[in-house]
Amino acid sequence: MEKPALSLSDVTFAWPGKGGFSLSCPAFTVAQGERVLLLGASGSGKSTLLSLICGIVAAESGQVSVAGTELGSLSAGQRDRFRGEAIGVIFQQFNLLPYASVADNILLPLSFAPKRRDRAEGAMEAEALCRALDLPDGIMDQRAERLSVGQQQRVAVARALIGAPPLIVADEPASALDASTQERFLDLMFAQVAQAGSSLLMVSHDARLGARFDRVVEIDNILQAQKVAV
Amino acid sequence: MILRLAFRSLMARALTVGMTVLAIALSVALFLGVEKLRTGAKASFADTISGTDLIVGARSGSVQLLLYSVFRIGNVTNNVTWESYQDIAARPQVDWIVPISLGDSHRQFRVMGTTPAFFERYKYRGGRSLTFGAGQSLDDLYDTVIGADVAEALGYALDDPIVVSHGLASFSDHDDQPFRVAGILEKTGTPVDRTVIVGLEAIEAIHVDWKGAAKRPGQTTPVEEIRQMDLTPTAITAALIGTKSRLDIFGLQRWINTYRQEPLLAVLPGVALQELWQIVGVAERALIGVSAMVVVTALLGMMAMILSSLNERRREMAIWRAMGARPRTILGLLVLEAVLMAATGALLGALLLYAGLALARPAIDAAFGLWLPIDPPSGREAFTLAVVIGAAALSSLLPALRAYRLSLADGMMVRT
Ligand SMILES: Nc1ncnc2c1ncn2[C@@H]1O[C@H](COP(=O)(O)OP(=O)(O)OP(=O)(O)O)[C@@H](O)[C@H]1O
Ligand SMILES: [Mg+2]
Repeated sequence: MEKPALSLSDVTFAWPGKGGFSLSCPAFTVAQGERVLLLGASGSGKSTLLSLICGIVAAESGQVSVAGTELGSLSAGQRDRFRGEAIGVIFQQFNLLPYASVADNILLPLSFAPKRRDRAEGAMEAEALCRALDLPDGIMDQRAERLSVGQQQRVAVARALIGAPPLIVADEPASALDASTQERFLDLMFAQVAQAGSSLLMVSHDARLGARFDRVVEIDNILQAQKVAV
Repeated sequence: MILRLAFRSLMARALTVGMTVLAIALSVALFLGVEKLRTGAKASFADTISGTDLIVGARSGSVQLLLYSVFRIGNVTNNVTWESYQDIAARPQVDWIVPISLGDSHRQFRVMGTTPAFFERYKYRGGRSLTFGAGQSLDDLYDTVIGADVAEALGYALDDPIVVSHGLASFSDHDDQPFRVAGILEKTGTPVDRTVIVGLEAIEAIHVDWKGAAKRPGQTTPVEEIRQMDLTPTAITAALIGTKSRLDIFGLQRWINTYRQEPLLAVLPGVALQELWQIVGVAERALIGVSAMVVVTALLGMMAMILSSLNERRREMAIWRAMGARPRTILGLLVLEAVLMAATGALLGALLLYAGLALARPAIDAAFGLWLPIDPPSGREAFTLAVVIGAAALSSLLPALRAYRLSLADGMMVRT
């Protein structure tokens, strides 16, 4: 059997501090190449779950495996490196280092991930991705802060996809865009994710996007969240 | 690539970063400047007198003797009798001896009686001789040679008349016996610049009609008569001595210090200068301390600037983290940033110092007779710069550790 791109089992986690948000996730998997939309209301713990999956925070108990690697077996430093190697991350907005060029932004994850760097074709691949994502020619040398929000999000997609990591994690990547740009953005992103053969886990509170995905998951169905009233 | 990004990040905040770098540069320039002035002053201080093996005066402290005989500061309490002077001069170890007689003044400057040999024997800055900018040495009884500062401050030219006042701050002038400016010395940066030099006999001559602090009433000996008199002094203030061999110095010094007829003191100028510098050195250390505090202040400013930038850069940290950067990398990034700023500041400061030095050097020389050398940075200065950069790295640890903790606590998604 193929290793799933992502699998969680019996995971529990709590933010530090008294009365912090805590969650538990008995089981959740994303198969290789699968595209999953995770739906949930604000504050339901979507971003927290993504932090766990990316290994930025460590689960208190249970297993989180990405592409066959159990994160709990890695040290914090190894987890950081592994994230660089295996996961492409796209945020809701402010994805890029504003002062750096588009090219530097796209190539940034490669400087922490030697294997991914070997797989990638450096600037050539970055340029190809930009073209495929319908970004204008000559954008590579521009400073990221000069770009429109939609362009910035597409550069973030290129950055996540460079070196074709097995898992792409996106936290509401299109919610900062207006409806028509959103459509086009998602089209382009899907095409490139498919091209790279990566799995996609995208978080949103917008159920209308569901049609494009292989599977739609309500977060309440996989998570038990506890939030002590503030 | 990370270095380039760190640099770009700094460039993106050019204004605040620029101010911080400027503050560091100015403080470093100040510190190095003070250090340069200090070493320059110390060297020039030690250069005040050279070529003289012993200074002799009435018994007092060695610093006091040095102060009045060389720096012409303070009052002379006791004299050396002419007999003692001649006894010393007759010692076989003595190569040359130049008497000095102090006590009178001209305006704010001291008058020193001596022999023309003074102009040959007095050496400064490692063996340089006095040179005449105009005119020549003492010839006539009423000739005077003035230092460069005297000439400039009082606007004197050759052949101008000068009246010497009795004592150091009195209103009684020796106006019956005016002097003529026979020579003006070139600037030396030593107390000679501020001295009015006359012949030893002239000091006797102007005091013919005086007894102690008062003029004998109703008695004015005509100049013609004075010129005929025996003007050998009865006492002098001090004397500069050169020995035939350096090996003779200590023997002669012991002989003088144990001279029976009169309590005398002979000091080695170098030793006395060092003693004096140790006293002056307190101020010197205070100055260094103050300029070091300025550097510390600039570094604190940098620390505050990095700290205050952290909040708006949490987003940036989250991006680095998401890309696979360890918290340690983020710490390193901030330290690198501080080191870049401090290194730029330190280099700029050094450049500023050299530029300032090149510009101000002639003025400093003219005003204080202090010729500051423009050398490539000494090991000590390079060490100072390295310490500044190291201190910057250290002081950046506080904000860097805060960023480290923030980036751990924030997780991947900064709540905005
Ligand atoms: N770094 C953190 N430290 C402590 N608590 C946190 C942290 N990040 C999130 N939380 C808490 O976790 C809970 C869930 O937040 P999370 O960001 O995961 O929700 P979300 O589903 O992503 O919401 P949204 O749709 O608004 O982004 C919140 O109550 C929040 O207070
Ligand atoms: Mg969220």
